[in-house]
Amino acid sequence: MIDLLADRLYYVVAFLLLGVGTYTLIGSSNVVKKVIGMNVFQTGIFLFFITSAFVTGASPPLLTAPAPHVSPLPHVLILTAIVVGVSLTAVALGLVVRVYEEYGTLNEEAIRRVSHDE
Amino acid sequence: MNDLPALVVALPLLGSVAVLLAGLVRPRTGWPITVATAVTQVVAVGALATGAFGDEPIRYVVGGFTAPFGIELVVDGLSASMALLVAVVSLGVLAYARTAGPRSNPFYATYLLLVGGLTGMSITGDVFNMYVFLEITGLTAYALVASGEGGRSALAALKYLLVGTVGASLFLLGIGYAYVATGTLNMVDLSAQLAEVGYTDPLVQAAFGLLVVGLFVKVAVFPVHTWQPTAYAGAPDSVSAFISALVSTVAAYALIRIVFTVFTVDFLAANGVARTVLVAAAVVSIVVGSVLAVTQTEIKRMLAYSSVSQFGLVLAAIAVANTTALTGAAIHLVGHAIMKGGLFLTSGLVATETGARSIDGYDGLAERLPAGAGAFGVLALAMVGVPPAVGFVGKWYVALGAVRAEAWPLALVIFASTLLTLAYFARIVERMYFREAPEPAASVESADAETDATTAVVTDGNGPTDDETAASAPRVSLGMRATVVGAAVLAIVLGVAAVQYGQLLEPTIERLLS
Repeated sequence: MIDLLADRLYYVVAFLLLGVGTYTLIGSSNVVKKVIGMNVFQTGIFLFFITSAFVTGASPPLLTAPAPHVSPLPHVLILTAIVVGVSLTAVALGLVVRVYEEYGTLNEEAIRRVSHDE
Repeated sequence: MNDLPALVVALPLLGSVAVLLAGLVRPRTGWPITVATAVTQVVAVGALATGAFGDEPIRYVVGGFTAPFGIELVVDGLSASMALLVAVVSLGVLAYARTAGPRSNPFYATYLLLVGGLTGMSITGDVFNMYVFLEITGLTAYALVASGEGGRSALAALKYLLVGTVGASLFLLGIGYAYVATGTLNMVDLSAQLAEVGYTDPLVQAAFGLLVVGLFVKVAVFPVHTWQPTAYAGAPDSVSAFISALVSTVAAYALIRIVFTVFTVDFLAANGVARTVLVAAAVVSIVVGSVLAVTQTEIKRMLAYSSVSQFGLVLAAIAVANTTALTGAAIHLVGHAIMKGGLFLTSGLVATETGARSIDGYDGLAERLPAGAGAFGVLALAMVGVPPAVGFVGKWYVALGAVRAEAWPLALVIFASTLLTLAYFARIVERMYFREAPEPAASVESADAETDATTAVVTDGNGPTDDETAASAPRVSLGMRATVVGAAVLAIVLGVAAVQYGQLLEPTIERLLS
C-alpha cells in the first residue's frame, strides 16, 4: 500500500490539495478564505490532470524529440481550465468587494447577523 | 449554410462584443443590438433544427480537425430542441427586461454570453468543450445574479459561484478520469472506448460518479441544491426567470448526454448502484423539494424549491431509461422552462404592480390584477399537471415510462409529486381567487416587509431619467404583460403539440438508448 502510494506521490498530493481546498471552502467563515479554498481545490484537479499525462522517461511532445512522448493534450486542456479558473477568481473577488461595500465585513456570520437585522 | 452549427454558438458571442463596442460610442444601443442578435439566433437555430430531427444527427467539425482528435459539434433532435428553447426564451425574457430588468450595456453583453454558453453546451460533442461551455454558462449566470441592487444579490451570487465552481470542478475531475481510462474526449469515441475498457472498471465508475455528481450541483438536485433558492430569490426578476428557465435545464440535458451518449444504458445495466443512486436522488429531490416549497412564504423561493422537485422528475426519467420516460424528460425540460420562466416573470409583474413578494400579498389578486392572476393561475395549474397543459404531458410520459419499466416505487412517487405540486400552488390560486383583497390600511403593514420590492425593480446603471419615475410609480410595460401572457398561452399550446413533438423526437431517443 505504502509502495503504491509512493509510486503515485503526485496523486496523493493532488488529492491532499482537494481535501485542503474543500475544508477551507466549507470550514472558513471569511469569504476571501473561501475563494482561496476554491482556488486550492481547482489546483488539485489541475495537478491530477497534468500528472495523468506523465510517462516515465518520456521526452517533451516535440516532433524532433525521440519517441515515447508525454501526452500534450492534458497540458492544453489545463491551460484552458486555468484561464477559466482565473476568470472565476476575478468574478469571485469582484463579488467579495461588493459584499464588503454593502455589509462592511467579510465574515459570513457577521453578514448573516447584519442581513437579518435589515 | 453548412457552417450553421458554428454560427449559432458564435453569433451570441459576437453580439455580446458588439453591445460593448457600440456602447462606447452610443450608450443606449444595448437593447436593440441584443434583440437583433436574439432574433437572428432564433432564425439560425430554427433553420438548423429543421434538419436535426432525422435519423442522422448533423455533425460539424470545428477547425478542420476530424472527429476523435478535434472538437465536434453534434446537433440531433434533443440538442436542437435545447438550442431552440434557449433562443426563444432569451428573446422572450428580453422583451420583459426592456423595462423591468437591469438595462445597462454590460448586462446585455453578459446576457448574450450566457445565451452563447448555453447554446454551446447544447450542441457540443466533446466532453471538455462541454466543461468550458459549462463554465461560461456558470460565470455569466453568477454575474447576472449579481446584477441586482443591494448586498443580497452579491451575496447570493458569491454563494452560487462557490458551490457552482465545486460542481464544475468535479465535472472536470470526472473528465480527467475518463481521459485517463480511454485517452479520448469525443463523446461518441468515449462511449466506444469505455465499453472496451469495461463498465465495471473502477476508473470508469469513478468517472461516472464524478461527472454525474458535478452535474447534480448544476441541476440543483436535493442535497446540493442550496445555492438555487438563494440565487433565484436574490436575482432581479428577469434574471431569475431566465436562469431558472435555462441554466438547470441545459445542465439536465448535459446529464442526459453524459449518461446516455457517453456511458450508455449498458453502463447503467452493469452498475446497479449507479441506477440506484439516480433513483434515490430523484425520489429525495421530488419529495423534499416539494415539502420545502410548501414551507416557503416568499414566492420566488417557493418557485426555486419547486424547480428542485421538478428536476427530480427529469432525473427519475433518466434512471428509468426507456424511450417513453426519456421522451417525457425532453418534453418536461422544454415545458418546465416555459412554465417556470413564465411563473418567475409573472411574480415579477405582480411585484412591480402591487409590491407583493410573499404569499400573503396574493390575497384577492384576481380583482386587482386580472391578467397577472390569470397568467399565474394558468401556469401554476400547468405545473401541477392539469391537462392539456405541457406539464401534464411530460409527467404522464415519465410516469408511463416508470410503469412500463415496472419501477413501482418510482411510479408512485411520480404520481405523488403531482399532489405535492398541488400542495404549494393550490394555496396561491386559492388566495388569488377566493379571498378578499386586503384593505388599503392593512396593506401598509405588509408593504413594510416588502420595501425591497420596488428597489429590486430599479436596477439600472445607464438610464438617468428612468430612475425617478420608476421609484414613484411602478410601471408595467406592454412587453412585460405580453411576455407573461405569451408564456401562459405557450404552456397550453405546447401541451397540445407535445405528442407530435414526442414522435418527432423518437429517432433521437432511440439512438440515445441504443
